[in-house]
Amino acid sequence: MAVFNLNINGKKQTVDVDPNTPMLWVLRDHLKLVGTKYGCGIAQCGSCTIHLSGIAVRACVLTVSAVGNQEVTTIEGLSENADHPVQKAWLEVDVPQCGYCQTGQIMTAAALLEQNPNPSDSEIEMAMNGNICRCGTYTRIKKAVQLAAESNNS
Amino acid sequence: MSLAKTKIGRRSFIKTTSLAGGGMLLSFNWLISCKLTPEEISTLPKEWFKLNGFLKIGDNGLVTIMSPNPEGGQNVKTSMPMIVADELDIDWNDVIVEQAPLNTDLYSFQFIGGSQAIRRGWPGLRMAGATARQMLRKAAAQAWQVPVEEITTNAGKLLHESSGKSVGYGEMASAAAQIEVPEEVELKDVNNFKIIGTSRKNVDGPKIVTGQPLFGMDTHREGMLIAMIVHPPAFGLKLKSVDDSVARNMPGIKDVFTVKVFNDGYEKTFFDTRTFNEVAVIVGNSTWEVMNAKKALKIECEPIESSTESRDRFGRKYKETTPAGLESTNDHYAQMEAMAAKPGELRRKDGDPDAAFKRAAKIVESTFTAPFLAHNCMEPMNFFADVNDTKAELIGPLQKPELTEQALSSRLGMPVENIDIKMTRLGGGYGRRSYAHWLIEAALISKKMNAPVKLIYTREDDMTDGIYRPAYHAKFRAGLDSENNLIAFHVKAGGIPESPLAANRFPAGAVENYLAEDWTIDSNLTVGSFRAPRSNFMASAEQSFLDEVAEAAGKDPIDFRLELLDRANKNPVGENNDYEAERYAEVIKLVKEKSNWGKSDPGIHRGVSAYFCHNSYAAQVLDIVIENGMPLVQKVTCAIDCGIVVNPDSAVNMVEGGIVDGIGNALYGELTFNEGIPQKNNFDRYRMIRMSESPKEIDVHFIKNEIDPTGLGEPMFPPIFAAVANALFKATGKRHYNQPFITEKALVG
Repeated sequence: MAVFNLNINGKKQTVDVDPNTPMLWVLRDHLKLVGTKYGCGIAQCGSCTIHLSGIAVRACVLTVSAVGNQEVTTIEGLSENADHPVQKAWLEVDVPQCGYCQTGQIMTAAALLEQNPNPSDSEIEMAMNGNICRCGTYTRIKKAVQLAAESNNS
Repeated sequence: MSLAKTKIGRRSFIKTTSLAGGGMLLSFNWLISCKLTPEEISTLPKEWFKLNGFLKIGDNGLVTIMSPNPEGGQNVKTSMPMIVADELDIDWNDVIVEQAPLNTDLYSFQFIGGSQAIRRGWPGLRMAGATARQMLRKAAAQAWQVPVEEITTNAGKLLHESSGKSVGYGEMASAAAQIEVPEEVELKDVNNFKIIGTSRKNVDGPKIVTGQPLFGMDTHREGMLIAMIVHPPAFGLKLKSVDDSVARNMPGIKDVFTVKVFNDGYEKTFFDTRTFNEVAVIVGNSTWEVMNAKKALKIECEPIESSTESRDRFGRKYKETTPAGLESTNDHYAQMEAMAAKPGELRRKDGDPDAAFKRAAKIVESTFTAPFLAHNCMEPMNFFADVNDTKAELIGPLQKPELTEQALSSRLGMPVENIDIKMTRLGGGYGRRSYAHWLIEAALISKKMNAPVKLIYTREDDMTDGIYRPAYHAKFRAGLDSENNLIAFHVKAGGIPESPLAANRFPAGAVENYLAEDWTIDSNLTVGSFRAPRSNFMASAEQSFLDEVAEAAGKDPIDFRLELLDRANKNPVGENNDYEAERYAEVIKLVKEKSNWGKSDPGIHRGVSAYFCHNSYAAQVLDIVIENGMPLVQKVTCAIDCGIVVNPDSAVNMVEGGIVDGIGNALYGELTFNEGIPQKNNFDRYRMIRMSESPKEIDVHFIKNEIDPTGLGEPMFPPIFAAVANALFKATGKRHYNQPFITEKALVG
């Protein structure tokens, strides 16, 4: 066990855990931030996507000891009032079915638009291909990403 | 407007005992972790008045509607309350939706599966709204001393035209709660619906996009422990001994033991599993610690012996055999070929198929196969349990809570009254969560630990624990006369371990000489419902085969289907045909029109398919292009007849998703076995469809009619497999008989 001082959603958080613990379980078990989802544990499904210094990463394979003082953003910290352009677009298009993968999809999409505010269809597909939606809402996810990009650029 | 008795089946849907008859204390949401938004708190009424089990009205006019069924992504949590709200005649903006707990006194059919939630819920939901509206009208009539017939309603207001009196529901709610539940109520004319048929957004949308705790996996309770299982690595093995010498002493580990899901001699019902009845359990403080100890736990297994047990399917007894042995996929296919070469069980015979095939000018014959599939819900199986000797509290995602409660009651020896099952949102179901053995495991673990416990399956546990879509096989023969009329049709279908055949479905009824047979092969792999069970294979095989027959007859595949349906409509062969030929033809005609069937664009290859299942009709045209040797779906046009559509945009979402799901499974879905061991246990090897592989466009059209709603969760799924196969044929000139169409070794073609 070791003590880690983390910077999560703009707040200092201290946890005392095994240094190999993935951030996924630090967030879910220790900090009760359960919007970051467990799907596969091997970085294949994207359900656990968070931002590490603004980059989309899979929290299931990111150990707590690798984070250091980098800024971590989870879905709970993406916006104050569910008003991030990506969240608004998700609601406007009414994307979710079961909804389990959607926080990971939103975090991937938000990081994409941060780096590429005006992505082409194939750039959207490339960025979003790491996130599985078992319900098959891909056409709506793409529509919502396009809508968020448009609202950002208008 | 129509009158309806408020009694459905064996019980009144509204128990008078459920009437609170006055101010109910505020009990907002049982899932304590779901916090109210500030807006919700500021607008909440001081008092709620419960008019029946489905709704309560606040003194300020807000209405809370209970959504009775579990929510697994089909959006019933929005669409079921919409039906109540419409009959109640309330503004949808004044509605708060709550998930109802399992309560068999108050609600019927509290399950999701078989595309039944809306279909079965429809009459009860309408009556819940209509009786409450009637009670409000009566209360107003009494207060104003006028005949009840003179009281009208409009969007949450009671009105008396001649006197000009008007009052909101909230002000009359207290008096209405004292009114006796009417024995008969007026239901709206379907043309007067104001909410049904309009698109309303997912009521959980804001919570989903902000990551609030909605799912079973998110359940937390003070002092809660985490549990995981270790099951035998192969089907055909059972637990012999557990070596916990290392695991037990690892950090954070509380205990290691074994649990038996069902006691010996228990008669399993249809939705009980026989998968790995005994499993090892590790309990500890945190998920990561338990995951680590799980890797260090050693189990020894031994072969199972063959057994046959009696089971109960809703009162009907049947035998199920579990053979010993370690099964492999290659053997399965050889066994299926052997069974298909022998006569099967006769399921339907019209005319004289033998004679017709003898005189046929042309015979088309093809064989289709499909593999086992894993459900792969994105939320792995899990459940929360807090159980002691006298009572049990369970929280989590499941599809058939009433049946699971009975199984748990039997296992714990505890009356159902002492068991409280609360339903969270399901992170996917697709049939997998109908088999809630993990709930029983969680309950047994909690009881043993005397503590609240959350049981979590890892993805690997989830994928290797059984309840798969069965493997199937179907052999078809069609006989055409010299004028290319279909004069004989023969289907022989089977599977491991169940038959997919529905002998009375199309093209039964459309062919003079028809023969349907089937067979089964016992297996110790466990299977279960998977989105549109059986249909999901039969549609793919039959609709591919019909395409092939149309080609042999030199006919357009749509014209060929319509010709057969015309025959089935005007002069049906045999009895018990379980589809309406006219409605079936209508969806095909609609998809023909909407897809501009017949136009040809260079490089675009089109396939058509249609099917009837779960009381609804679906037809699809799928367009693909081939890029770098791989098929890319450009567009799917889909026509559906599912009766009245409650929430159109949400229904479109459902259809889009089912189409993507079907394309994914047709192209990539497969679970193979070697010596009883599943050959894939996570998404690195189990290929799931991804965004770049899903259709660029999906265009959905519903038939407009006034038929009570039928199923929508499944009917779009089965036919799309064949639409893919038929488009691939156009693209490559090669028929695709064996799913998945794209394997690791070979590209398409």
